[in-house]
Amino acid sequence: MARYLLIRLMSLGAALVVASGVIFLMIEVTPGDPARFMLGMNAAPETVAALSAQLGLDRPVGLRYLDWITGMLRGDFGLSYTYKVPVAELVADRLALSAPLAALALALSTLIALPAGLYAAARRGRVGDSAVMGLSQLGIAVPNFWFAMLLVLVFALHWRLFPAGGFPGWADPGAGLRVLILPAVALALPQAAILARVLRSALIEELGRDYIRTARAKGASRGRALLRHALRNALIPALTILGMQFSFLLAGAIIIENVFYLPGLGRLIFQAITQRDLIVVESVVMLLVFAVIAVTFLTDLAYAAVDPRLRRRG
Amino acid sequence: MSLLALDRLSVTLQGRTILSEVSLSLAPGEILGLVGESGSGKSMTALAVMGLLPEGARVTGSVRLDGREVLGLPEAALNRLRGAEAGMIFQEPMTALNPLMSIGDQVAEVLRIHGRMGRAAALEVARERLDRVGLTAPRFPLSLYPHELSGGQRQRVAIALAIALRPKLLIADEPTTALDVTTQAEVLRLIAGLARDEGMGLMLITHDLAVVAGMADRVAVMQGGRIVETAPTEALFRAPRAPYTHDLLRAATHRPGRVSQGEYLNQEETHAVSSWQKYSKSDDAPLLTVENATRIYRLPRPSAFAPHSELRAVDGVSFTLQPGESLGLVGESGCGKSTLTGAILGLDALQGGAIRLGNHAVGPKMPRAARADVQIVFQDPYGSFNPRQRVERLVAEPFHLTGRPADWRARVAEALREVGLDPADGRRFIHEFSGGQRQRLAIARALIIRPKLIVLDEAVSALDVRVRAQVLDLLAELQARHGLAYLFISHDLSVVHAVTSRCLIMQAGRIVEDGPTEAIFTNPRHDYTRRLLAATPRIPAGWIPKEEPAS
Amino acid sequence: MRPALALGAVLSGVALAAALVSFVWTPWDPGAMAISARLQGPSLAHWAGTDHFGRDIASMLMAGARTSLAVALVAVGIGMGVGVPLGLTAAAHRGSWLDELIMRGNDLIFAFPALVIAILITATFGPSATNAILAIGIFNIPVFARVARAGALSLWTLDFIRAARVAGKGRARISAEHILPNIANLLIVQGTIQFSLGILAEAGLSYVGLGAQPPTASWGRMLAEAQTMVTLAPHVALFPGMAIVLSVLGLNLLGDGLRDALDPRLRGRVT
Repeated sequence: MARYLLIRLMSLGAALVVASGVIFLMIEVTPGDPARFMLGMNAAPETVAALSAQLGLDRPVGLRYLDWITGMLRGDFGLSYTYKVPVAELVADRLALSAPLAALALALSTLIALPAGLYAAARRGRVGDSAVMGLSQLGIAVPNFWFAMLLVLVFALHWRLFPAGGFPGWADPGAGLRVLILPAVALALPQAAILARVLRSALIEELGRDYIRTARAKGASRGRALLRHALRNALIPALTILGMQFSFLLAGAIIIENVFYLPGLGRLIFQAITQRDLIVVESVVMLLVFAVIAVTFLTDLAYAAVDPRLRRRG
Repeated sequence: MSLLALDRLSVTLQGRTILSEVSLSLAPGEILGLVGESGSGKSMTALAVMGLLPEGARVTGSVRLDGREVLGLPEAALNRLRGAEAGMIFQEPMTALNPLMSIGDQVAEVLRIHGRMGRAAALEVARERLDRVGLTAPRFPLSLYPHELSGGQRQRVAIALAIALRPKLLIADEPTTALDVTTQAEVLRLIAGLARDEGMGLMLITHDLAVVAGMADRVAVMQGGRIVETAPTEALFRAPRAPYTHDLLRAATHRPGRVSQGEYLNQEETHAVSSWQKYSKSDDAPLLTVENATRIYRLPRPSAFAPHSELRAVDGVSFTLQPGESLGLVGESGCGKSTLTGAILGLDALQGGAIRLGNHAVGPKMPRAARADVQIVFQDPYGSFNPRQRVERLVAEPFHLTGRPADWRARVAEALREVGLDPADGRRFIHEFSGGQRQRLAIARALIIRPKLIVLDEAVSALDVRVRAQVLDLLAELQARHGLAYLFISHDLSVVHAVTSRCLIMQAGRIVEDGPTEAIFTNPRHDYTRRLLAATPRIPAGWIPKEEPAS
Repeated sequence: MRPALALGAVLSGVALAAALVSFVWTPWDPGAMAISARLQGPSLAHWAGTDHFGRDIASMLMAGARTSLAVALVAVGIGMGVGVPLGLTAAAHRGSWLDELIMRGNDLIFAFPALVIAILITATFGPSATNAILAIGIFNIPVFARVARAGALSLWTLDFIRAARVAGKGRARISAEHILPNIANLLIVQGTIQFSLGILAEAGLSYVGLGAQPPTASWGRMLAEAQTMVTLAPHVALFPGMAIVLSVLGLNLLGDGLRDALDPRLRGRVT
C-alpha cells in the first residue's frame, strides 16, 4: 500500500512539473512580447519596457519559471495587470462559487446515475432498461449550456421558481444555494446520463462472470448477486469515468457560468483573455490542470480502497 | 429412494434443443460420472438441476431432488435450495471467486444467506470448512483474497463454500480440468473423500474418461443432449453397449502408428504410416541442440528497498533432438516450458547457454532463412488465426521467411490436401471451420515451407478425444512422409506416452529426467516423474476393450 | 437493420446532407441581414424563422452544420492519425520505456481538458475555428491511443500473433497487418463517439467565444447570440439546440448500432 501510494504521489508530482512547464511555455515563451501583447499595438515603447520589467520579463526564462513555481507554492500567483490585485485573491473569490457548483453537480450526477444504472442492469433487456437507456441517450446528446438556457426559460422566467442569474454571495447560504441549483442540474444531467450507461454496461459485464454464478449457486438471490458482488466490481470502471467526468464538469461549469451570469472562474478567465491579462490566464489554467491531476490521484486512491489486489501488492 | 432423479428432462434455448429426454438417477452417497465431449449437454444438465439455466430456456420433464420437484419452483424457493441442499463446483477456479471479497467472507456468505447465523458465527464455521478442505489456519487466514491463492487453492475455497451447509447433493462440473496433474489428483481425492464422509451424492462432470474410471460408481455417457448409455463404471468400460461409448473409449486410448487397419486413414495412406516412434536414427548429427539454456526473470522488489528476487524460468537446460525424432517435453504450468519454447523458436533471447538448429545459432537476430527450419502449432484452435484474412493467406504466412514462390497458391492447395482439407477451403474465412479443422489448418501452415522441426505446443490438448485421435494420426502420417522432427510439448502424460519415442520431464526450470519414453513410463527414476505418473488418472489396463473394430 | 441504427443513420445523414448542400445552396444567404424582418417565427419563407438581425435561421443552421461537422471530423482525424500509431507502438513494446513514455504522455494530455487547451491557444494566438479543431484534436489523441493500445494488447497475447513472429515478421509489420485490421471496429465505434463529442465541444467553445468567429456560421455562436433574445423569441435558441441534439444523438445511435453490428462475438458465429 505504501509503495502504491508512493508511486502515485511521485507521478502526481511529475505530472504537475511537466504540466506547469507546458503552460509556462505556451503563455510566456511563444513568439511575441507578452508585454506588448497585453498592452496592444499602440502602446508607447517605454510603457512596454516598464511592464516587461514589472513582469520580470527581462530575466532568463529558467529563472522566471522558477520564480513562478516557487511563488505559486507560497500562494503568490502574481499581480493581475487589469485588476491590480493579487491573482490569488481574485481566484479565491471566484473559486468560492465555481468549486461548490462543480461539487454539487458531481454529487447530483452520482445520485442520479447510481440508481439508474443499477435499475437498468437489473431489468436488462426489458422495458425499464430500454426507457432508462433511451433517456440517457438523449441526455448525452444535450449540450449542457443549451439545457441550462431551457431551464432558465422554464423555471426562472416562466415559473419564477429560481433566480435566472447573478450571485448574492454566501452571506445567506440558502440564497447562494438557490442560485446554484439550476446550473448544477444543467451540468449534472448529461453527466449522469454518461455515468449511468457506463455503470450499466460494467454491471452487465460483471453479472456475466463466473463468480456471479458461484454466488447464485450458493443461494444468493439476483438482487444480492447484483448489490453485494457485481456492484463493487463494477465500481472500478465506473470510478475511472467519474474521475474523468470531473474535468468535463469543470469545463462545463466554466461554460455554464455564462448562461447564469455567475461571477466564477469562467467569467474571470474569459475576461482575462479579452483583456489579455495573461498572468490571470496562466494561473487559472494551472489551477484547473492541478485540479484534474489531483482528482486523478484521488481516483487512484479510491481504486486501492476498492481493490485488494492493489492494496496488498503495492 | 434416489436422491436426485431426472425424468425426461428436455431443454430448448432460442429454438435449439440443448437437452432431450435426459433421465438419470443418483442415490445418496453415490458418485455418478457424467461424461461426454464438448457441447454434449453435460453442464446444461447440471445447471438445470440447480435452476440456473440461461434466461429464456424452455424446460420440460422433471427434476426431483430428495423427492421434491425442482422445476417450476419459485425463485425464492430455489434460492433456499441452492447452497443448502445442492452445492456446485465449477471449472475455472481463477474466476469462480469474487476478487474483491476475502475467502472467509465468501464461505461465510453461504451460511449467512441461508439465515442460520450472524457474521462471527458464520466466520467460525467458515474456518472449520476451510480447514476441512486443507486450507488450515495459520497459513490460510480468513482474510486472504483469491488473488493470493494458487488455482488449486482457489478450487479448495470453491469446494469449501459448496459444502459449507453439508448439502445432500454436490455437483462438480469439470472441477480439475484447469488444474495441473498433481493438483488434480489432490482435488479429486478431496472431493471423493468429502462425498464419502458426508454421505453426499456426487455428480462428477468431466470429459476425461480416466478420471471417472478411478472415481465413479456409475457412469452416464452423453452425446448431443442425450444420454446414450448408463452403466456401473467397470461394466461400461469393459463392455460398452452404445457404439458411441465404444468410439470414445478407443479414441481415449488411441496410439497412432499402432493402428492395424486404422479406420481414420484410408487404404493408400496406411502404407506411409510406419511406427512414428521408430523413425529416428541416433547416429545422425542432431537437428536441434540446446546447451545449458538459462533464462532468469527479475521479479518486482518485495519492498521498496529490498533487492529484486529472481525466477529462474529456464535453468541450465540441455538436450538434443535428432532429425525425424519425436521428442516429448512434459511439465506442469510454470515449469518453464513456454519460456523454453520461445527461445527454441528464436523469439526470445537467452541469458546463458546456446541453442543451435542445424548449422545456425538460434536467437532473436537469426536470419529469416534459418528460421524456416522450425515452425509451430499452438494449442488454441480459436486464437491461432487472424479472423480477417482468408485461409490461403493465413496458410501462406510462413513464406515470409523464404520469399513467396510464384506458385504459392498451388502450394497452399497442396498443403490443404495433405492435412485432409479441400483446396477450395483456401478462399474461406477461419470462423467457418471447426476446432479440429482449425488444428489441421495450423498444421498446414507449419508444413508449407517444409521445416525440419515442428513444435507442437499442446497442439491436441483443446480437442475432444475423437478429433484428437484423428489429428494425432495425421501428424504420424506427415512425419513418416516428410521425415519431420516433432517437439511435442504437453502436460498430458498419456498423449506423450502414445506418440513420442523419447521424453524430457521438466520441473522448476530444469530437466529432471531424460530418456526413452517407454523406460520413463515403466521405470521412472526421478521422484517428480514418479509423482506425476502416480497422479495421472488412468483407465485400468484390463478394462479397455480390444482394438477389434465393433463392426 | 435495427431501428436505433437506422434512426442514427438517418439523423447523421441529414446533418451531413445539410452541411454538403450548404456549399451550393441555402434558402437565403446565411449572412444577409434584414433588420425589418427580425425575430420572425417559423413561416413558409423562413422555415425556422429569423434572428435579431433578420438572418434566416434555417440557412445559418445549414452553414453551421458545415462548421460543426468539419471541426469535429478534422479533430477525429488528428486524434486517430496521431493517437492510433502511438497506441499501437505502445502495445507492440508493452512494458518497455517507450510504452511508459507514451502512456505517461497520454496521462499528461488528459490533464488538459479541451476547453483548457482552447483557452491556452486562444490566449496566445487569438480565437478561431482552427483553434477549436486543434484543441479538440489534441484532446482526442490520448483517447484513441488508449483504445488502440487496449485493443492491441489483448490481441498480442493471441497465438496468431506468435505465429506471425515465428514467420519472421517484425513488430511494426505485425501491428499494421494483423493488429490494425482487428481493432478497426473499435476505432470506428470510438470515432463516431469522438465525432459526436467533437460537435458538442465545438458548440461549447463557440458559445464562449473561443471557436468560430464571425462571419463563419456556427451553432454554438448562434446560441450565444440567442441568449439575450430567449424570452422574446424562444425559437432563436430552440432550433440551433435541436440541431446539436439531433446530430449528436444520431451519431451516438450510429456508433452503438455499429458496435453491435460489427461485434465479432455476434458476427463470428458459424454460418
